[in-house]
Amino acid sequence: MNELTIAIIFYIFAAVTVLSAAFVVFSKNVIYSAFSLLFTFFGVAALYVFLSADFIAVTQIVVYVGGILVLLLFGVMFTNTIMSTELKGDVIHAVPGTILTVLLIAGMLYAFYTTGDWMPGHIQLSGSVVERIGIETMSRYMLPFEMASILLLVALIGAAFLARFDKVHKKEH
Amino acid sequence: MEMFTAIGLNHFLTISAMLFAFGMYAVMTRKNAIVILMGVELILNAANINFLAFSKYNGGMEGVMISLFVIVLAAAEAAVALAIVINIFKTFKTVDVSSVDTMKE
Repeated sequence: MNELTIAIIFYIFAAVTVLSAAFVVFSKNVIYSAFSLLFTFFGVAALYVFLSADFIAVTQIVVYVGGILVLLLFGVMFTNTIMSTELKGDVIHAVPGTILTVLLIAGMLYAFYTTGDWMPGHIQLSGSVVERIGIETMSRYMLPFEMASILLLVALIGAAFLARFDKVHKKEH
Repeated sequence: MEMFTAIGLNHFLTISAMLFAFGMYAVMTRKNAIVILMGVELILNAANINFLAFSKYNGGMEGVMISLFVIVLAAAEAAVALAIVINIFKTFKTVDVSSVDTMKE
């Protein structure tokens, strides 16, 4: 594949990502937002492949699409009655929010494009990073890896405790 | 023309800036707690793109590892946050964050 083909594919995925992210935010219907988030996650995973982080891309699809998005959909289904026409998607402070959003984008792009060139390293990541991730996980990042496992256990127990249905009612009720 | 065909660091930074701004918009203006959570996920994805882009063009593995941990934290955060949102819904019968103004039942 030559440079131009890669660029075209990149722009397609970039457009999918940004447009679906915009739809997530600006859509009034929460269900539409949740399903649009699916395309955002897939687009971001494709961008990860462009950044030669194939393992992260697969993890993104498994964790975000398979886990977080399903959780969010369950949240939407639990907290809205599907048949009611009004799925609550109200907006407050729309004008200041829009102004701040535009200022954020403009400021960041101005900073990125005018502060001179970033200096890329001599060796850039290329090919697959799976093997290097394994080596790093078992050497330099051993402690954060174990802490992440404890954190996941705590979050699992905490979420199950918070969301259980047969909560003991208070005596005074 | 070369600026558009040669995909470089700035392209990824631009996309992540847009994702971050959209996520901030959702957090700032939406009333529905679930949509605010979606905005937080967008912000985390934007941060991840930045980590991976800098990692690729710097040649190190630090950004790749940090982005893995960000994904783990995002999963834990989503689970706990949705449990809290469901509790709020059971207590107040709404997920409108602007009407949730007391900590007692």
